[in-house]
Amino acid sequence: MSSTNRTVVVTGIGATTPLGGDSASTWEGLLAGRSGVRPLEGERYVGLPVRIAAVAAVDPGDVLPRPLARRLDRSAQFALIAAREAWADAGYTAKAGEDTAVDPDRLGTVIASGIGGVTTLLDQYDVLKERGERRVSPHTVPMLMPNSPSANVSLEVGARAGVHTPVSACASGAEAIGYAVEMIRTGRADVVVAGGTEAAIHPLPIAAFANMMAMSKNNDEPTKASRPYDTARDGFVLGEGAGVVVLESAEHAAARGARAYCEVLGQGLSSDAHHIAQPEPTGRGIAKAMENLLDNTDLKPSEVMHLNAHATSTPQGDVAEVKALRRVLGDDLDHVAVSATKSMTGHLLGGAGGIETVATVLALYHRVAPPTINVDDLDTEVDADIVRDTPRALPTGTIAAINNSFGFGGHNVVLALRTV
Amino acid sequence: MAATLEEIVDGLAEIVNEIAGIPVEDVQLDKSFTDDLDVDSLSMVEVVVAAEERFDVKIPDDDVKNLKTVGDAADYIAKHQAA
Repeated sequence: MSSTNRTVVVTGIGATTPLGGDSASTWEGLLAGRSGVRPLEGERYVGLPVRIAAVAAVDPGDVLPRPLARRLDRSAQFALIAAREAWADAGYTAKAGEDTAVDPDRLGTVIASGIGGVTTLLDQYDVLKERGERRVSPHTVPMLMPNSPSANVSLEVGARAGVHTPVSACASGAEAIGYAVEMIRTGRADVVVAGGTEAAIHPLPIAAFANMMAMSKNNDEPTKASRPYDTARDGFVLGEGAGVVVLESAEHAAARGARAYCEVLGQGLSSDAHHIAQPEPTGRGIAKAMENLLDNTDLKPSEVMHLNAHATSTPQGDVAEVKALRRVLGDDLDHVAVSATKSMTGHLLGGAGGIETVATVLALYHRVAPPTINVDDLDTEVDADIVRDTPRALPTGTIAAINNSFGFGGHNVVLALRTV
Repeated sequence: MAATLEEIVDGLAEIVNEIAGIPVEDVQLDKSFTDDLDVDSLSMVEVVVAAEERFDVKIPDDDVKNLKTVGDAADYIAKHQAA
């Protein structure tokens, strides 16, 4: 079973996002160029400098039975919904063991979030202050711990090969998928359910991010607020939801006759050692991650036709990323259709790598790159071919795509996928 | 005025329904919280706290472990509730 060079394929996808309650409706929203950003209603948002967010299109409380939902943080609710979709999409009909096509001891989960069960923590602190210690929920710790989404998904699918939760702020979801690929490559597992989730729409995180001057304050035009690469971009818009994939060794997938959407070639990692929150302006760390990706995998720059950028709509970050792309890919960047889907979904922090991997999988599978919206006046420093406003067809033949995710702390995670 | 045993069982049924999603008619005196009603040790704490509030009774943690069935809990509450 053990091998260090096994091919890893994607056999299932699932998502619940600001654009839709599943991966199909999310994909439809992306292709239509729809913004998921809306005004935040309610008294608790009055007076905040930022009163917009990309709220999930389908509330998880409307999907999960109440007794289950009340013992899961919203981030774990999103993860469970996306994981159930991905698990069924991969063709599995029950948890591992009951479905004999997968051995529980060969199944893992790696689901990450950037800041874990933050709304549970804050809500229970309100309970403590207002109603006393006896009313604090006994479920608080299992709800707020950052590994809760991964652990709850492991209970759902019966995974016994390991439950993991890499934490790297906004790169967490991508790091989870990279970690899952390594689990399969190194022979620890045959199948891994992997992705990212986040649920941080609450006045405290919003006030905190806003005070970092990281968020768009375009409260008057919510659907225009997330505008990567546009000269008027003024920060990211917070989003919520989850994206999950089922990764599988090619042999395991073939043995059960499963459909493979695409191959995941592997990851490139690096760290900036520059500043706790500011991007390194020249893109040096990002370039290093991409160079490591090219060294670690058999990806050829000539076959890269699509890139789902990290591009969060911040003045510095968007440009630093493009500089790094140009430095590493050179003229090969000219044939890369670059999409910044955060223009529509907002920024899901640790969930971003999850939903953007789902988007990249579907872009390769359907051979179409989703658009970037709100680029009314392209920043002249953006020296790359941005797909604007409408989707673009991708070429036939073997093509590859890159999915970038970076996080506060200087984390750079770059994933490569290729058609099968 | 103290609640009758029947009122206590009805109240516990509503609490268990809220917490574990079990239909109220399935919450009977002989049912075990853990084995029959999907109430694990964490959810049992929620049941106890909700019952304390509803029936104006204190159920110390040391006594909770003796409350295996709905009947155990109803009897305990009937005996200890404020007059």
